[in-house]
Amino acid sequence: MTDIEATDWGVIVVGGGNAALCAAIESAEAGHKVLLLECAPEPYRGGNSRHTRNFRCMHSGPLSVLTDSYGEDEYLDDLMRVTKGKTDESLARMTIRSSESCLPWMERHGVAFQPSLSGTLSLSRTNAFFLGGGKALVNAYYNCASDLGVTVLYEAEVEHIGIDGDTCTHVEVTHGGKRLTAKGKSIVLASGGFQGNIDWLARAWGPSARNFLIRGTPYNRGKILADMLEQGADTVGDPTQCHAVAIDGRAPKFDGGIVTRLDCVPFSVVVNRDGERFYDEGEDVWPKRYAIWGRLVAAQPDQVGYSIIDSKSLELFMPSVFPPVKADTIEELAEKMGLPVAPTVTTIRDFNAACRPGAFHPTELDGLATEGLEPPKTNWARPIEDPPFYGYSLRPGVTFTYLGLKVDKGAKVHTAEGPLSNVWAAGEIMAGSILGQGYLAGFGMTIGTVFGRIAGQEAAAHAG
Amino acid sequence: MLDKTPLSPTQEEAARQIEICNACRYCEGYCAVFPAMFKERAFGAGDITQLANLCHNCRGCYYACQYTEPHEFALNLPGILAEARTESWERFAWPPAPAKLFQRHGVALAAAFVLGIAALFWAVATLTPASGAGFYAALSHGIMVAIFLPAFAFPALALAMGLRAYWRETGGGRITLAQLKDASLSVARMRNLDGGHGKGCNFEKGNRFSQARRHAHQAVLWGFLLCFAATCSGTVMHYLFGLEAPYAIYSLPKLLGIPGGLLLTLGCIGLAVLKTKADPELGTHTAWGGEMAFVLLLGLTGFSGLVLYAATGTGAVPALLALHLGAVLAFFLTTPYSKMAHGFYRMAALVRDAQGKGI
Repeated sequence: MTDIEATDWGVIVVGGGNAALCAAIESAEAGHKVLLLECAPEPYRGGNSRHTRNFRCMHSGPLSVLTDSYGEDEYLDDLMRVTKGKTDESLARMTIRSSESCLPWMERHGVAFQPSLSGTLSLSRTNAFFLGGGKALVNAYYNCASDLGVTVLYEAEVEHIGIDGDTCTHVEVTHGGKRLTAKGKSIVLASGGFQGNIDWLARAWGPSARNFLIRGTPYNRGKILADMLEQGADTVGDPTQCHAVAIDGRAPKFDGGIVTRLDCVPFSVVVNRDGERFYDEGEDVWPKRYAIWGRLVAAQPDQVGYSIIDSKSLELFMPSVFPPVKADTIEELAEKMGLPVAPTVTTIRDFNAACRPGAFHPTELDGLATEGLEPPKTNWARPIEDPPFYGYSLRPGVTFTYLGLKVDKGAKVHTAEGPLSNVWAAGEIMAGSILGQGYLAGFGMTIGTVFGRIAGQEAAAHAG
Repeated sequence: MLDKTPLSPTQEEAARQIEICNACRYCEGYCAVFPAMFKERAFGAGDITQLANLCHNCRGCYYACQYTEPHEFALNLPGILAEARTESWERFAWPPAPAKLFQRHGVALAAAFVLGIAALFWAVATLTPASGAGFYAALSHGIMVAIFLPAFAFPALALAMGLRAYWRETGGGRITLAQLKDASLSVARMRNLDGGHGKGCNFEKGNRFSQARRHAHQAVLWGFLLCFAATCSGTVMHYLFGLEAPYAIYSLPKLLGIPGGLLLTLGCIGLAVLKTKADPELGTHTAWGGEMAFVLLLGLTGFSGLVLYAATGTGAVPALLALHLGAVLAFFLTTPYSKMAHGFYRMAALVRDAQGKGI
């Protein structure tokens, strides 16, 4: 095995997900000796990238699996809508423009795409889906990196980035129970956000964050982000915020990924721990409201919600990984789900009484609204009356955090004194520079790929 | 379609895993299994049998899966479908007992092979014809027919019974020519082993893609079909045209048989070598021995046929004839009960899938 400490590395990449791999591949293709430090064990390598499924890509005509075209302005409009303007427009434009050349680059480096998945046809023009999902992409990149001679160390937790003046001098890493010091000419930081660090989340959000589920990897603990903040790196993004959606409450604490998603809310009545409704379940089509329900549930007592449907609606949404709780009466369902029976029954009865006749259209805003109910349900309001009844519990599932390192167009990390001479950042650790709020499907992978490649190229150029 | 047949423990586990897949769908583009799966929301015994037999074990979904062990969801879809598949062949086999023996036990198949050779040695030694040319000097045409006609007819009947049971369990309907064509094209190109991106499957190189298994399997498939066609052409020439073996090198049996034997031999060597490199846990790991023995028996059938031809006119013919025909005999008789049965059930699953796609 290569002697980590004795080698004079051209480029050291901290992290092992999409952005880290893109950087490592670019640096290795430029001819440098590259060390990639992944803190997860091999089966869990790849950070949150292993849970991703697509890449949002600008294109002026049909490209690979993408249909039609998706121009820079439309892409930017989509980003502006979700971020409500919390973005750096010039960085965002550059990212969007670069995405078009990234797709063929990805294919050349082993990533395979497939047509839009069933149930996601709305994305067939804007998002290229990875065949097999994010782990297949991660596998392809690790194979590519290995063929290029990149040295990969798993279970290598970087503890500290040694900085002297404006220059990174070394990286301290724990591996196999030993503390090692690796030295390289250029350093790329691509170690993700801090959403896997429950203590940090609880400090940032409040103690209720301890009840949140983490949808992705437990290995994004934000150690390097914290280390860089301590050393005065410029930051961007609201340190108290995370992106959270409502997921199946029975999901594992970490790493439940896509299958814990629940799409039943618009066809249901959602009550809190006390059996009371708290928000309009039918406000908009689910993809547009998916994201706000994480916060809504997080604001409820014990950070839990319960979505109740009847047999009419069971097949209107994608199946969940956990079978719903099933009962022949609302009383029995409430009991089985641990809800107070009387208030739950009252809530459902009041809701049913407020429903009005009308045409129900599950795929569009049908205006089938309740009358005289607070809060109202403004679409898809059909009485919950046909047994059997089904219930799912909901909890906030954290996808990522917004706080990150502020970078420039060259992916360079800055401090108050100016840019560091040999430190670049890519992926979730800097995504807040562009995605200050909200989320746009497939955009995390776009940021990771574009900035991973830039960081890799710049780091390689600096290494000479 | 949801039947209420109670699920076996293997089917229960397959259903658990399939329901996770159905909530994810990342693997949709790999093969025919996923589009077929995503049409359903609940999975009965028949659905699982159909999906299991539709799975070609390309393993793409395993290596791409974010939920494989050590993840608590512990997915291994190719592994559990392989197990359900082998169990279904044991269940459908008629009679079922020999399938339990030959699917999983290489030693049993080897024993069948030895018995086949012994039977042929006995025939060659005791039933030596008074006259005859080529290998008919060692064993007369009449005796060969007396041995191989039942050895062909019985397995054919047994397979037909098994396929009927398959069709019933998976709720198949009337078969059309278009469905047969769709299934045959799939087999001819091994479409379900191309990975969906044309780079092949994951087998001997872990998560890297390779065409090796697809090509080796194609060599075996086409080699076998050529050998079978050679035998058929010989039969036709014998009975319809009175042209008896030995045949010249430019005759149809030889033109089909020699390349067929070469492809079969090389393909089986390839498959056997690849099998030693692949992870047995992603297949029916308890049937590894039976599968390996089957590949070797099939390869030996082809190889011994070639050697027999090469030895034409030498004193080795009687012994080689007994070896070759012994292998053929063991191969035919165990076909409904060995890995060979997979070809027939796979074809049935592809036809059933064509029906599901509305073809």
